[in-house]
Amino acid sequence: MNAGRPLPVPTPETAHFWEGTRLGELRLQTCRDCGNTYFPPRPFCPGCASRNVGVIRASGRGSLHSYVISHLPAPGFEPPYTIAVVKLDEGPKMMTNIVGTPCDPALLQLDHPVEVTFEALNEKITLPMFKLTGSSQ
Amino acid sequence: MKRARAAVIGAAETTEMGKLPHMSQLQLHADAALNALADAGLKPSDIDGIATAGETPESLALYLGITPTWIDATGVGGCSFLMHVRHAMSAIESGLCRHVLITHGESGRSRVAASGFPHPIPGSLPQQFETPFGTFGPPTMFTLPVLRFLKDRGYEQEDLARVAVVQREWAALNPRASQKAPITVDDVMASKMIAYPFRMLMCCLVTDGGGAIVLSAADRAADLHARPVYVIGTGESVEGNMISQMEDFSSSKAFRVSGRNAFAQAGITHADVDHLMIYDAFAHLPLYGLEDLGFCAPGEAAAFIREGHTRPGGRLPLNTNGGGLSYMHSGMYGMYALQESIRQMRGIAPAQVDGAKISVAHGVGGMFAASSTIIFSNERP
Repeated sequence: MNAGRPLPVPTPETAHFWEGTRLGELRLQTCRDCGNTYFPPRPFCPGCASRNVGVIRASGRGSLHSYVISHLPAPGFEPPYTIAVVKLDEGPKMMTNIVGTPCDPALLQLDHPVEVTFEALNEKITLPMFKLTGSSQ
Repeated sequence: MKRARAAVIGAAETTEMGKLPHMSQLQLHADAALNALADAGLKPSDIDGIATAGETPESLALYLGITPTWIDATGVGGCSFLMHVRHAMSAIESGLCRHVLITHGESGRSRVAASGFPHPIPGSLPQQFETPFGTFGPPTMFTLPVLRFLKDRGYEQEDLARVAVVQREWAALNPRASQKAPITVDDVMASKMIAYPFRMLMCCLVTDGGGAIVLSAADRAADLHARPVYVIGTGESVEGNMISQMEDFSSSKAFRVSGRNAFAQAGITHADVDHLMIYDAFAHLPLYGLEDLGFCAPGEAAAFIREGHTRPGGRLPLNTNGGGLSYMHSGMYGMYALQESIRQMRGIAPAQVDGAKISVAHGVGGMFAASSTIIFSNERP
């Protein structure tokens, strides 16, 4: 991991997410009233405004929804690098980096299945990254 | 058309544009404001409303010597100035002020006393769930939905390139355009890679400049300016400040809401539109705009441009100043889209569309975060 990469600053509303990644779990939230599964974290349902929500452990599986390969300098990154959005099997979209595959558009086909992997930046912060799995859908 | 809601009685850009290291951001606002006031035949003491972004109403009031009874500091990025027109229209209609000065100025290239690109607040949701993955400015964020868009719509990267090519054709007709030399799709596709699939010539310029507008009530506008331009329809919306959470990567919700409301307020159909400006910070935006404003069905915008309908001589002249890709882009381009619409309605644009009576200016703020649409006419309904 490159030094100088921006570190997320957890808040009371997001602490469960970052506790989860530290433990190797990808956590989402689900509304107990309407069944909506959502991200990013907040202590109420963005679908129906209910406060009756709980934290779930997501499958960690999804598909490559879209990405760019940045050739620009950025603090803590060595260009080129892939900034991606994955669509999780549970529904929500999440920004991430694709690891384990070269930054080659021919290898990065949209809708390819992906799976979460965790990368610890320090003892407090672990980022959810994704890698390509199996064959293309 | 329903009715004129307000009228532009003064409009101008900065005296110079491009690379202006001898002018601060605030002076760019002031230079444009003085030009617009001269066009309106008004003095700063006649102005009782200020709307601005980048700078604040307070800094403009002090610098220009204005005592406002109404201000608007809406700052949602590049389309803020379109929203200012909408808000000022409403304020004038309800009697809160008479003459509103809307200013923009940005030392985007020379960075003289310039406000920077806003970085997310530590602990904010974008800072926690986007910034750690290497998003760093618009080229890595505004571009992120586009591969999805291309796949969903069956478009090619060359369709993005063609947007830049056609806008350069318009820029060639504009003496003030930064880039006027003709380019081909191959030139665009061979230009430096910035953030795949975006290449240098699909990304906007970075220049210095500004613009200002004086907006007043429609009923006396003809006494105040020889060629008043009427505001007949307006819209605005926001979707959100996280590009990763955009509801549909192939369509902007804010574009759709803003456009729909502007057309409804104006009481016009798409066939009534003679001239169109769609904020083009990057080459994909005119494609999204044509679809989300309803000029093209989803999947048909690329062919619409390829068939030449938006180029000089086409039936829907689009971004006739050359756009952010070839005319100028200081950072918050919306003011220049407004200025070109106003010039077209006054009949004084460098690439004038003959007989144009209705112009639509459509803006974006942030990375599909916000949007506003203004519809002008040179005829009072």
